[in-house]
Amino acid sequence: MRADPRGFGGRRFYRRVALAMSDPMGQDEYLRRVRPVGWENPPPKRVYDLAVLGAGPAGLAAVDSAARRGLSVALIERDRLGGNSLNAGSVPSKAIIRTARVHSAIRDLEELGASVSIAAPADFGAVMARMRRIRTRIAEYHSVERLRARGVDVFFCSASFIGPNALLAGNTPLSFKKAIVATGARPRPCDIEGLGQIAHLTSESIFDIAALPTRLGVIGGGPLGCELAQAFCRLGSRVTIVQNDPKFLPQEERDAAELLSLSLSRDGVETRLNTTVVGARLENDEKFLDTLENDSKSSIAVDDILLSIGRVANVETLGLELAGIRVDPGEGIKIDDFLCTTNADVYAAGDVCKPHKFTNIAEASGRIAALNAWGRRTERQSHLAIPWCTYCDPEIAHIGMNLVEAWQRSIPAKSFTVMMQDVDRAITDGQDDGFVKIYVREGTDEILGATIVAARASEMINEMSVVMSAGIGMHKLATVLHSYPAQSDAIRLAALAFVRNRPPSPW
Amino acid sequence: MPDEALLDRLQRGAFGYLTQYAHDENGLIADTSRTGSPCSIAVVGFALSSYPVAVERGWMPRAVAAAQTLKTLRFFWKSPQSERPDAAGYKGFYYHFLDMQSGRRVWQCELSLVDTSLLIAGVLTAGCYFDAGGDEAEIRALSDALYGRVDWHWAQNGQETVSQGWKPECGFLHYGWEGYNEATIVYILGLGSPTHAVSTKSFTGWTSTYQWENLLGVDVLYSGPLFTHLFSHAWIDYRGIRDPFMRDRGSDYFENTQHAIAVHREYGARNPHGYRGYDRNLWGVTAGDGPGNREMRQNNRDRRFFGYMSRGVPFGPDDGTIAPWAMLATVPFGPEAALQGTRQLLRSFPRVCIHDRFSSGFNPTLVENGVEWLSEGWYGLDQGLLVLMIENHRTGLIWELTRQCVPIRAGLAGAGFTGGWL
Repeated sequence: MRADPRGFGGRRFYRRVALAMSDPMGQDEYLRRVRPVGWENPPPKRVYDLAVLGAGPAGLAAVDSAARRGLSVALIERDRLGGNSLNAGSVPSKAIIRTARVHSAIRDLEELGASVSIAAPADFGAVMARMRRIRTRIAEYHSVERLRARGVDVFFCSASFIGPNALLAGNTPLSFKKAIVATGARPRPCDIEGLGQIAHLTSESIFDIAALPTRLGVIGGGPLGCELAQAFCRLGSRVTIVQNDPKFLPQEERDAAELLSLSLSRDGVETRLNTTVVGARLENDEKFLDTLENDSKSSIAVDDILLSIGRVANVETLGLELAGIRVDPGEGIKIDDFLCTTNADVYAAGDVCKPHKFTNIAEASGRIAALNAWGRRTERQSHLAIPWCTYCDPEIAHIGMNLVEAWQRSIPAKSFTVMMQDVDRAITDGQDDGFVKIYVREGTDEILGATIVAARASEMINEMSVVMSAGIGMHKLATVLHSYPAQSDAIRLAALAFVRNRPPSPW
Repeated sequence: MPDEALLDRLQRGAFGYLTQYAHDENGLIADTSRTGSPCSIAVVGFALSSYPVAVERGWMPRAVAAAQTLKTLRFFWKSPQSERPDAAGYKGFYYHFLDMQSGRRVWQCELSLVDTSLLIAGVLTAGCYFDAGGDEAEIRALSDALYGRVDWHWAQNGQETVSQGWKPECGFLHYGWEGYNEATIVYILGLGSPTHAVSTKSFTGWTSTYQWENLLGVDVLYSGPLFTHLFSHAWIDYRGIRDPFMRDRGSDYFENTQHAIAVHREYGARNPHGYRGYDRNLWGVTAGDGPGNREMRQNNRDRRFFGYMSRGVPFGPDDGTIAPWAMLATVPFGPEAALQGTRQLLRSFPRVCIHDRFSSGFNPTLVENGVEWLSEGWYGLDQGLLVLMIENHRTGLIWELTRQCVPIRAGLAGAGFTGGWL
C-alpha cells in the first residue's frame, strides 16, 4: 500500500477524522467547567463557616482562602463560575485584542522590512472561536469539579438573605457564621431615548456575536469601550466612539488620555469627545445614534451599538436589608477599611463594593475579606497599592497616586518622566509611543505612584508594584540593574532622572 | 544684520499686519490675512497693546494711535451685549470671532473667556499708556468701563474654576480645562475686577490641576504647546513675583517659560519622530495652522498631519509642523536661543517669512511637488504676540505699563502673588 498522506485518500481520511473529533476546548467543555448542564445542588450542611455569594474573581479568591484554612464553604453562583472577568470581560477581550494587535502590526511590516503585500481581512469566526477556546482553558483553574474536590459546596442558583446569618440558595435555606457578598456588577443601563427599543450590545453580549459589525457605534470612552473600539476597528469594523467627557479614560491623567486619543485616531477610530448620545433610532434596518456636542447636533449611522458606560453593583435582589447590610446609592455595598459591611458577620468584595472594577482588585479584596472574616481583622484594603491597566495600544497602566490626587491629600508631589521614544528597546521595537511617569513626594525619594503608557505597560507596571510594596525609593531604584535593552529600563531611567535632579545623596 | 536691526525689522513687519488688516471705521482686526476672515477679539487685544509700541518707536503718531484706540474702544462699548445669538457679546464678554463690518458674532462661535481676557488686557494696557487729556481721557474711561462690565463671577457658573466659554444655544461649554495653560491672565483679570470678581478660591482650584514635572531632564510646570507659556506673559512681567504654587517650588512663571523653552529645544534635538528640520536651534511646536487632515507614506511608515490645532511636546500631538514665529516670540526669556533659532530658520527656509512677517505654520516633512507645506498668509495672533514680546525684550514697555495697572496688581495680589516688583 502506498503511503501518501498528501494523496486523495489521505485528505479524505484526515477530513473524516477532523469531523468526527469534538473540540476538547469547545462549548460543552466550557459549560462543564463553569456551569454544568443538569447540575444538582448539594444537600446543605447545618451551618457553614463561610457562605460566598458570587463566583467571580472576588468570590473565588475568598473561597480559595477559606478552603485552605479548612473552613466549610458554600459558594452560590446564579450564572457561571469566573464571573464577568472570565466570561464577558478581561479574558475574552484580551483574546480578541491579541488578534487585533496582529492585524495592526501588519501595517508596520513594511517599515520593519518584512515583505507582506496584502493584509487579509480578519476571519471573525476564527477570532471568536479562539477566544472561546481560551476561555474554556482558563476556566479549568476554577472549574466546578476542582471546587467540589476541595470540599466546597457549589450552588448554582440565586441567593438572598433572610436574616443576619441566614440566606436562601434558590429555595434552600442556608445558615452561615460568616458571609462574603461578591456578586459583582453589571453593565450600567442608560436612559438614552429610543435605545431601549433597539437591539444593542453590552459587554455581556458582545463576545457572543457571530459576525463582525460593519459599522460599530461605541457609547462610552472608559477602559472597555476604548479597548473594544480599537480592537474591532483593527479587525475591520468602522468604529465611532462617543464619550460624554472631554477625554477618554477619565480616571487617567491628561497626557495618557490624549495619547490614547491620538492612537485611536491613527487606527481609524472616529472619536467624538465631549459628545452626548441623546437618542437612538431604527430606520430601514439602519441604526442611528443622535449626538449633541455643546450646541452641535449630529447623527451616526451604525449596524451595531455597544453600550459601555460603566458598571453598577448587583445588590438589588439580595435581600440585604434583611441582613442589616447597607448600600451606598451609586457606590455599592457600604464597607469599612476591613471590607466589613454594616453586618459584622458579612463582608463584601469585588465590584459590588469597589469603585475600581478590575479583576486584580476583586481578587485581592476577596482574599482580604476572607482573612478578616475568619482572622483577626488586620488586613486593610487601604494598604493595597493596586495596579490597573487599560489594554489599548499603547496600554495605559497606573498604580498609586498621581499629582492631582497627591495635591488633594495635601502631599507636595512631582513627577519624573521618561518618554518611551528615548528608550533604546522601545525604539528598536518600533513601540516608542508612551512614557513612564513616576510620582514622588517632594523633598524625599518616596514613590507615591506611577503611570505607564507603553506597548506592554501591563507588564511594566508590575515592577512598580513590587517597588512600592517593598518600599523602595528612587535612589535605590536608580541603582537596580535592568537587562539591556529592555522597555522596562524606562523605569530605571526615570529614577535616574530623579537622582540627577537632586544634590548628591549621602548614600 | 545685527540683532537689533533684525528685531526692529521683524517687529515692524509684524506690526504692519495689525494696521494692514484693521477695519478703517471700527478698529477690528482680521484673524488672518485670508479673504473673508472675521475679526478675532484676541488680535484686537494685541493690537491695542501694540499701538503704544508703535508710538514709542515712531511708527505711528501718538494722536493717530489714540484715535485708532478710541475708535476701537467706542465700537466695543457700543456693540450689542445680550443673550441674542447675533450679539457681539454677553455679560461684558465677547464672542471669539466677530464680523469685520458689523462686529456681530459669526460662525456660531463661543463667548470666549480667554480671548476676552486677551482683549481686555489690551484695553487695560491702552488705558495705562494714554495718560493725557482729550481723547486719551476717554480711552481711560472706556477702558475702565469695558473691564468693569465683564462679569467674571458669572463665568464660574457656580463652580470653583471658570468655564472656557458659553453659547446662547447651549449655555456654558463642557470642555475640560485641566492643568497649566494660557489662562493665568483670565484668573488675574477676574480676581482684580472691582465689580464682578471671581471667587478667591478659583485660582487655587485651577492650580490644583497643575503638573510639576521633570521632563527630558528639566523641571517644569508642564504645558505642551509653547504659546501657553507666552500669552499671559506678553502682558505680565512674572520675573521675581510668585504665587503660592511657584513659591513652594522656588520658581516663577518667567523662569518656568525658560524651562519650557529648554524642553522644546531638547525635544527638537532628540527629534523622536525624525521630522525634517527639527534641531536644538529649530523648534517651536505650538498652536497654529497645519497641513490639514491627511496621510502620507514616508520611509515605509504612515505619517499623519493635522489642520489648525494645538500641538505640544513631548507628549504631542506633533506632526512635524513648526510655528516659524514661535522661537522669536520667546526672545525676552532667552535672547540667544531665540535669535540663533530664528536666524537658522531664516537661512534654511526663507519662505516662512514673507514681507518680514512669519507664517503661522510650516512643515518641512510634508513635501508636495517639491515644496514644503507652508501656511497661507498670516495669522494676527502670531503677529501681535511678536510685537509685544520683541518690545518686552527691547525696552520692557508693555511689562512696565501693566506693572502700574491697578486691576492687574489687584488680580495678582488676589491670586497670592508676592515679591519682586509687587
